[in-house]
Amino acid sequence: MGKTMAEKIIGQHAGQEVRAGDIVVAKVDVCLTQDGTGPLAVRQLQKIGLEKAAQPDRTVLFLDHASPSPRKELSNDHMTLREFAHKTGAVLSDIGDGVCHQVINETYVRPGDILIGADSHTCTGGALGAFATGMGSTDVAIGIALGKTWLRVPETFKVAVNGKFPKGVFAKDLILHLIGLIGADGATYKALEFVGETITQMPMSERLTLSNMAVEAGAKAGLIASDETTKRFLEANGRGEDFRVIEPDPDAEYERIIELDAAKLVPTVSFPHTVDNTRSIDQAKGVKIDQVFIGTCTNGRLEDLKVAAEILRGKKRHHQTRLIVVPASRQVYLDALEMGYITVFVQAGAAMMAPGCGPCVGVHQGILGDGEACLATQNRNFKGRMGNPEAFIYLGSPATAAATALEGKIADPREYF
Amino acid sequence: MERIRGKAWKYGDDVNTDVIFPGKYTYTISDPQEMAQHALEDLDPGFVHKVAPGDVIVAGKNFGCGSSREQAATCLKYAGVGAIIATSFSRIFYRNAINQGLPALAVPEAAEMIQAGQTVTIDLAEGQIMAGESSFSFPPPSAFVMGIMEDGGLIPHVKRELATHKLVRPVDGGLKRGEDETR
Repeated sequence: MGKTMAEKIIGQHAGQEVRAGDIVVAKVDVCLTQDGTGPLAVRQLQKIGLEKAAQPDRTVLFLDHASPSPRKELSNDHMTLREFAHKTGAVLSDIGDGVCHQVINETYVRPGDILIGADSHTCTGGALGAFATGMGSTDVAIGIALGKTWLRVPETFKVAVNGKFPKGVFAKDLILHLIGLIGADGATYKALEFVGETITQMPMSERLTLSNMAVEAGAKAGLIASDETTKRFLEANGRGEDFRVIEPDPDAEYERIIELDAAKLVPTVSFPHTVDNTRSIDQAKGVKIDQVFIGTCTNGRLEDLKVAAEILRGKKRHHQTRLIVVPASRQVYLDALEMGYITVFVQAGAAMMAPGCGPCVGVHQGILGDGEACLATQNRNFKGRMGNPEAFIYLGSPATAAATALEGKIADPREYF
Repeated sequence: MERIRGKAWKYGDDVNTDVIFPGKYTYTISDPQEMAQHALEDLDPGFVHKVAPGDVIVAGKNFGCGSSREQAATCLKYAGVGAIIATSFSRIFYRNAINQGLPALAVPEAAEMIQAGQTVTIDLAEGQIMAGESSFSFPPPSAFVMGIMEDGGLIPHVKRELATHKLVRPVDGGLKRGEDETR
């Protein structure tokens, strides 16, 4: 019997044959933590006198969630991470460098790697064919110090997607549709493997969107086989030598197979307050929106900004709807500047902010008022997510977001293509 | 481990990390006792004022979904919660709870039947939950997980293992491509 991607990668790192259900200790290749979870990880290591990194050049501490810091308490947390980096030789990704999940995949993650991160959306790395999964601070602290972690090998759901997206429909709509279909706990403890011609044809930017949201269905990882697209992505980031083929065996065993036809999808929106509360654009359009936010590890990449800029070019945002745009990384920012997208956003009335998590996590920049509604390209719309439990968050693609910014209410992006 | 005994606090499905411990505090509070004062703040603001040591949270499916923030498990433990019984747990929360030494038990029948306010007694080693006239059994945690919980969490566990040299040596240095056949 063949192996799934999860069984292959974990087995290679545990130095033994593994099957779904096995619990093993595995070597980790890359560890990440961020300014919300990192200070606790550091304190845990200090507690047991183990303040060190087994692989400092592959341990990355991100200052991205409250960045630049809006308050002295957060600045002190940043200092904790700066000092740990200085002491151990771990890499510090400073304010303005970007969201951890974007930067780690541009710069560090290789196909076949195991990446653990103290952030639930660490699963984004699955798009490169890595076993990437989120954990708590203590788990990642031990991974940083010892270079290994314990893992239960997950069962895998195969998500087979075929057909071509209609105009105005993107990977974001596909993943929201899937989560609506199976529910917020539909894949708890499982790995997802995305396969099929739609995935093979999909650019890396959109693959990262899919893998990023695997956790919103409860999944431990969202894996995509590495291929020519992966190779080109690595080469474009100056590390073609990191490419390696990692794919499931043809006779791998899957717990469940879900088949989707991309041609039948429509723009999809998650309604408050859960990601699986999805509606088609026909049911969604017309809801009044106070703030539109384009960015995040889900949809803040160059291709996302391009789609939004094409809709916004030469136009102005609705006068009652403010617009915030945050590139996912410094590299994305530079590329978007060169392509002229940033000029389009600023002329359209957007507030630009430094690469990072922006308003998504609700600690700074763009906190909503009581009763206000936001259409965001992020991955999560829980009550209180954007800093106010009295506010309402809707999730959609960058195209849906741009169209909504123009009309002041949730709008159908297909009318702009 | 001793038996856990306390009153049941009952909640629904998908109790997420943002309502257990709001993100805004993640960046300002580092003392576990202070974290405890905000436990379940956006779901049940009265909880922290009435919870007693050993009380048990009983909830539906997907408890702890959302963020990886470990404070969600920490704040419940330091608020005095003795255990959580749910239909199912989100996996990161489940790991975090074990790492904090807070028993998280996925026992769907108990999660459904136990009523708010009932006295619940849990024997982890025996795999038994008693509430009123009813009793529910579950597979006791594996020796690996029991070991972590008996030591009071992953950090004290690793500390003890390091002290007794049970733990294999840390991996030294970074892996270099081509040099390691297990990659």
